[in-house]
Amino acid sequence: MTPGALISLKGVTKVYEIGEDQKVHALRGIDAEITAGDYISIMGPSGSGKSTLMNIIGCLDTPTEGIYRLEGEMVHEMDDNQLASIRNRKIGFVFQTFNLLPRSTALRNVELPLIYAGVPVDERREKAEDALKKVGLGDRMDHKPNELSGGQCQRVAIARALITNPSIILADEPTGNLDSKTGVEIMQILVSLQEAGNTIVLVTHEQYIAEHANRVIKLLDGLISDDTSN
Amino acid sequence: MRFRRRKLRLFSHELKESLRMALQAIRANKLRSVLTLMGIVIGVFSVIGVMTAIRTLESSIESGLNIFGSNTFAIQKTPVMQIGGHGRQKYRNRSNITMAQFEELKRRAQLPLTLSVGDDHWGSRIKYGEKETKRNVVIYAADEWAIKNHNTFIDDGRGIIADDVRFSRKICVLGMDVVDLLFPFEDPLGKSVEVDGVRYQVVGVTERLGQIFGESKDNNMYIPVSTFLEKYGSNGTSLVITVEAQSAELYDETQDEVVGIMRTIRKVPPSDDNNFEVFSNDTLIETFGQFTGGVKIFAIVISFIALVVAGIGIMNIMLVSVSERIKEIGIRKAVGATPRNILTQFLMEAVFLSEFGGIVGVIIGILGGNVVALIFNIPAMIPLDWAFYSLFVCSLIGIGFGSYPAYRAARLDPIESLRYE
Repeated sequence: MTPGALISLKGVTKVYEIGEDQKVHALRGIDAEITAGDYISIMGPSGSGKSTLMNIIGCLDTPTEGIYRLEGEMVHEMDDNQLASIRNRKIGFVFQTFNLLPRSTALRNVELPLIYAGVPVDERREKAEDALKKVGLGDRMDHKPNELSGGQCQRVAIARALITNPSIILADEPTGNLDSKTGVEIMQILVSLQEAGNTIVLVTHEQYIAEHANRVIKLLDGLISDDTSN
Repeated sequence: MRFRRRKLRLFSHELKESLRMALQAIRANKLRSVLTLMGIVIGVFSVIGVMTAIRTLESSIESGLNIFGSNTFAIQKTPVMQIGGHGRQKYRNRSNITMAQFEELKRRAQLPLTLSVGDDHWGSRIKYGEKETKRNVVIYAADEWAIKNHNTFIDDGRGIIADDVRFSRKICVLGMDVVDLLFPFEDPLGKSVEVDGVRYQVVGVTERLGQIFGESKDNNMYIPVSTFLEKYGSNGTSLVITVEAQSAELYDETQDEVVGIMRTIRKVPPSDDNNFEVFSNDTLIETFGQFTGGVKIFAIVISFIALVVAGIGIMNIMLVSVSERIKEIGIRKAVGATPRNILTQFLMEAVFLSEFGGIVGVIIGILGGNVVALIFNIPAMIPLDWAFYSLFVCSLIGIGFGSYPAYRAARLDPIESLRYE
């Protein structure tokens, strides 16, 4: 393992058991390292295991076998409570479908991770406002998701992902539900975040989206088929 | 220390977050929430309503039913309060307590400090000049002890004395209600009032006693017992004997002696029960207590059933709430909510829901219960202890019936929840 590696995956497999004796090998042995400040795209056709890999990197799931180290923490050994805590501290998610709380304002949505981090109200509010201003939504804080456009929703989601100052931002098809013009805007935000020093892992199946990244990992049938740095 | 403070803060966040979630859930499904909470409201209402009503009655009973002076008991033919209809026949066939029996008792009894005899006649009209009362005044047959035994005092003038009884004088002592009506601007002492065709000279007035169960205890008039019997006495007249013991220590002994003598006088065979009733403030309160005890148990049983039904309703609303918010739970988990956070939030929501119903129940229960106070014109009462118990039980119901839905929410897989549409 490279000393400076932020993420280190070694021999990671994931097997789903469907019914009796039926097993699906979603990941068959992934070895990869990601260094801090990287912008990585994970590509692959559906069924290639990229969602599974992203769930494991995002600490939503643990590998069946293998080692996953995130900033020195042994994620593969963690229970649900520890996983929740590491998600809270080190991962920022940006989803294709935004995944905002529909009945809460933009500000409340952005505050949410800090609630579970136990941050005091004033500090929470201040940070959330800053994060929203950073994504250009300073004037939309009290709007609920149904009062915002898709692009604005995704910006709220990005602000939410940024708020805990995570080790990596994990974006799963972040432009999949947006028109191309808005998609470009979102991609620009991600690029500027990387330039500001954030580590970004982007999951996509669109070549032109992946090209924003400085490293592209391609998956096929649960294995890495290609790993190129631009 | 620092860690503990962080935990405390996290808990207070969870509390606020849960309250917010609970209010949101109630607001989002108003009708369903109202119907569910109705069970809790009814359960809590019935117990609080009944407890409030009984408390108000009890408090007024304990002050108002102090119709006797201390260390005093009375003997009469029939019970004062009867619960249940049976036994009326038994009382009717009892022989009357007569003046002769009283005289005999007075001759034989050694222990009592005072022995007094009396009776009452209800529904007379008192006239003075042009003025008259309604036909609702109580005429008490009194001897020299009667006013004291009624737990009141002479306010002005004099009381009934032994000679009044001996000579059957046509004099009277008036209660304050009668004074208010007939003598608003003049001194009643020495004036002459007319009742049922007989004229009595007013020699005194009693202190104001106030009300019990909305009925005034001052709307009355005392006349000598001998005078009373001449006018109102008949074959059916049964007197009430009031006995005052010398001290609290001698109270039981005095009662034993008087009961024994009365049994001899009334020729009760040793194996038979008394054919008269002995009662005092304590027995009155006790009898009332038996009655209210039954009502209390009934209210508790009703509440218990209503609360269990309500609990099932809470469980149902929570299960629906969980399945409606699978996606939300997924989002919360993705940004760092632990299973414990989710469990706490949903448990809190269940508790808030049932507390909400509980508080509404307590409020309308107290209002409803105090209607009794209003009707009987006695001071209102807030049974804080029962309100506390009710809300405590509501919390238990929230936790009890909210556990399973909350557990289900906590166990949800974050990946599948996020994917859920």
